[in-house]
Amino acid sequence: MARVPSPPAILVRDLRKSYGEVEAVRGIDFEVAPGEVFGLLGPNGAGKTTTTEILEGYRSRTSGIVSVLGHDPEQRARELRARVGIVLQSSGMYRHIGVREAVAHFARLYPRPRDVDEVLALAGLTGKEDALARTLSGGQARRLDFALAAQALCDRVAIVKEGRIVAEGPPASLGASSSRYRVTWRDEHGELQAREVEDPTALLHQLTSAALARGAALQDLHVSRPSLEDVYLELTAEAAVEEAELHA
Amino acid sequence: MPSAFALAWHQYRLERRMFWRNPTAAFFNFGFPLLFLALFGAIFSGDQESLDVIVPGIAGMAVMSTTFSALAHNLVFLREQGVLKRMRGTPLPEGSYLGGVFANAVTNAVIQILIVVVAGKLFFHLDWPKDWLELAVYVAAGVTCLAALGVAWAHVIPNFDAAPAYVNIVFLPAIFISGVFYDVENSPSFLRDIAQALPLTHLIDGLSGALVTGSSIADNLSGLVVIAVWAAAGIVLAVRGFSWESRRA
Repeated sequence: MARVPSPPAILVRDLRKSYGEVEAVRGIDFEVAPGEVFGLLGPNGAGKTTTTEILEGYRSRTSGIVSVLGHDPEQRARELRARVGIVLQSSGMYRHIGVREAVAHFARLYPRPRDVDEVLALAGLTGKEDALARTLSGGQARRLDFALAAQALCDRVAIVKEGRIVAEGPPASLGASSSRYRVTWRDEHGELQAREVEDPTALLHQLTSAALARGAALQDLHVSRPSLEDVYLELTAEAAVEEAELHA
Repeated sequence: MPSAFALAWHQYRLERRMFWRNPTAAFFNFGFPLLFLALFGAIFSGDQESLDVIVPGIAGMAVMSTTFSALAHNLVFLREQGVLKRMRGTPLPEGSYLGGVFANAVTNAVIQILIVVVAGKLFFHLDWPKDWLELAVYVAAGVTCLAALGVAWAHVIPNFDAAPAYVNIVFLPAIFISGVFYDVENSPSFLRDIAQALPLTHLIDGLSGALVTGSSIADNLSGLVVIAVWAAAGIVLAVRGFSWESRRA
């Protein structure tokens, strides 16, 4: 069956943004297909936040073409905002609002909202429905952010550096860490060692053999995979630093 | 898509719940004018002439604290916390959000006016308001004007830590100069001239007419004009300067 090409959900062509003398975004091009989840990664000051905030309609651009679901986000049409969920870097919320109350309030702002209980379960906030926002831990507050917008795993990511895209592809192929194992152990001098590997079999064999040969116990051995939450929190923490610098 | 008005109402109800959810803040909010009434009632006990000045004065002060002070303070907090930015990212129209926030402040102003009116009747030998329409007109003009100025002033305040100082540097001189605690006619001429230019003075005059003297709206028309001019300037500045995000310096 022939696939009918549909217009991209997000289209960015030669996007540029300057803050005075500083060129934060220097000609970025990408497209995101309907249903696709796209991630934008990069070091501090790369232009991620600026690009994203232009797509969100928070910021105007210096030049280039931007289309989100057929709208120019700069026009801030309500129809567009009704179809877009945003998780911000800092999680500002009314201090005295309850978790369920917040989700229900936000649901009312949208034309066809999801079921509140479904969203709470999806965000892992079941059992916290009656807690007030100000009593939530950092991680729970991020879950509430998630519940108030929408979020999924990335199908494709682009890495931005100094205002330009330097790499693009599925997360695994970009080594976005979810396919890697982290092995930590204490070596014969008592120093903590860590290594990331695709497949830990050979390394573990090597370590256990060496320990057996020495006749000593292998101490503090850990084999772990970064959870999605680890990766997400790491990325958002980095992005928050970036935004602070951007506005400085 | 839900209507802008329905959403403003929805936001208003959330703001009301958030207000009562912090009971100590709500208590002090409403306790403030009562405390002042009790203090000055004790000071001027038996001096009806002074009590006739104090009661509408406290009513005017209540309008200013619930609109100007509360909005300037709260908007800086919401801006700094990122709540404004978050709300702006939803399909909630900006006007509906601000309408809900404004109506919340107006509700507090009306509750405080009613507290002052009842206290005036029960404890300060005042009659029930002589002209309810005049009272409504002046309260409406006062809340619109002082709320707009509060929103505009929020734009000047750089961050939440500075908010109390920025609010009080306006609020405290305003309540003294505008004659909350004494009759403006008895103050030195240069202060009297300044007072004549301030909206709170005319709001208090109007409230005095409605609550005490019985002078009509027509008698105080020039005062309404002064309030309207400040309101117009306040609205322009509030809309023009409005910032949904904090400046990070």
